Amino acid sequence: MKRTQGNFDHINGWGIDADPLDVPAYPMKKRTENDNKGMIWERPSQQPATVEVLHSNERPNLTAVFGTPNPPSGLSGAIRRYAFKYSESHVAHWLLLLAADRINMFEGVADDFRKGHVPNVFAELGGKSELKHNPAGVARKAAVGLALVLVVTALIRKNN
Amino acid sequence: MIAMNYRGPYRVRVDRDKPMPRIEHPGDAIVRVTRSCICGSDLHLYHGLVPDTRVGTTFGHEFIGVVEEVGAEVTNIKVGDNVIVPFNVACGKCVFCEQGLFGNCHESNPQATAVGGIFGYSHTAGGFDGGQAEYVRVPYANVGPMVIPDDMDHDDAVLLTDVVPTGYQAAEMAAIKPGDTVVVFGAGPVGIMAAKSAWLFGAGRVIVIDHIEYRLEFVKRYAQCEAYNFRSLEDPVLFIKKTTDWIGADVCIDAVGCEAAGSAVQTITGRKLMLQAGSATALHWAINAVKKGGVVSIVGVYGPTANLIPIGNVVNKGITLRANQASVKRLLPRLVEHVRAGRIVPREIITHRVPLEEVADAYHIFSAKLDNCIKPILIPPSARK
Ligand SMILES: [Zn+2]
Ligand SMILES: [Zn+2]
Repeated sequence: MKRTQGNFDHINGWGIDADPLDVPAYPMKKRTENDNKGMIWERPSQQPATVEVLHSNERPNLTAVFGTPNPPSGLSGAIRRYAFKYSESHVAHWLLLLAADRINMFEGVADDFRKGHVPNVFAELGGKSELKHNPAGVARKAAVGLALVLVVTALIRKNN
Repeated sequence: MIAMNYRGPYRVRVDRDKPMPRIEHPGDAIVRVTRSCICGSDLHLYHGLVPDTRVGTTFGHEFIGVVEEVGAEVTNIKVGDNVIVPFNVACGKCVFCEQGLFGNCHESNPQATAVGGIFGYSHTAGGFDGGQAEYVRVPYANVGPMVIPDDMDHDDAVLLTDVVPTGYQAAEMAAIKPGDTVVVFGAGPVGIMAAKSAWLFGAGRVIVIDHIEYRLEFVKRYAQCEAYNFRSLEDPVLFIKKTTDWIGADVCIDAVGCEAAGSAVQTITGRKLMLQAGSATALHWAINAVKKGGVVSIVGVYGPTANLIPIGNVVNKGITLRANQASVKRLLPRLVEHVRAGRIVPREIITHRVPLEEVADAYHIFSAKLDNCIKPILIPPSARK
């Protein structure tokens, strides 16, 4: 026999949404006469594009609204622009974007230095909380790091 | 203003000189944030797994706040209102919004067509800045935001932006029938809410599978369910078969997504080498542990590319797969009722309350699962007085 709990008195609200006709959708969605007719709805007014906004080639236009922070720039931006030549079903689209992300990270560091800001990598990695909540882990990582440095210096000395 | 700033994988900081957001469309509002959360799906961004996550982005799709300014077309909310802002940016007019599919809006994300706009996510979700900041631009302010009822605790309200509706929709999509055995993979905030919601749909047995002890302890207490550590089970799929009279679960819910642990092959190909869009271990288990003709409901986040999943078993077992981003706006009225009646008490999952200035530490604690963290919320300085 299938094992169930049987008595549900201890579960506050048990079964309250069990009626399929009285839940927000389950499993039906509201159908409208506009289904399957394409992009025919009365579109919201269009946000002006004040910065470069990339758009999927699986749609004909920009959406009515979009985010404007961090428009594509630099080398990562050029790669992103190129990625958008491929549709969302193409793996190149996503791999190019991921590659651009990695490059963007270095651009971010360069940008910081250019603005006279030296990134505090320890703080950015949440080092303070690691010290507080996982001191053993910090010690372990420090030991591994030190061992690596020793091995590398030993190897360099040997090769010279 | 003060805002979180993404610098690259595992690196975030707080900036003090981020420009204030502006009204860019007559339907926009500017909201002063009073609380925001870090979400498990922010961690996918934080770990550098989501394509087009640009350096300089402010994350945060779970936030509430006070309306500071409204555009010319905004009539449904006014300056001074305290509002819940759903994580989806949705126009309310397109054919998908018309059907209640607010998570699939076609007028909020030019960069991709599969997913609608999401606050503070990768540019793949529209490129909007998020709420881990003092102020946010909220487009389509007539559609998404809902005024927080006077009698509602704001800690409850902030969890209605994503965690509660996503967990609830996971249960709703699973078409649970009274007495069903429901297995939830993942004891993170969404898994916890999915387990809790399964009872509301009349589940007869709710089982949660995870690998972190403190989360299992938490969900067992919070959702009054059974909870098992897959590390101490020889095989989670076999375990579920055994415990369901060798039939399988009626319903399996994947509340884990692309960073699942538990399978070396999936971890190496999905998380280390990135040859697939994340490790699909939880989904694999869900498909194999559900009964023939059962339902697998997916709310875990996966990338847009391919995954190694046993689609043959989906066919052979006649499984119904349902999946989506939660359509928060559609669910809010019902969920407000449930919170009011005390059937769900969302705020009890909040374990960490961190000043926004310490966002880097909050991300690290949540990501590394330190200090028994279940759900951290961030409080901007202006909301602390
Ligand atoms: Zn979230
Ligand atoms: Zn829409």
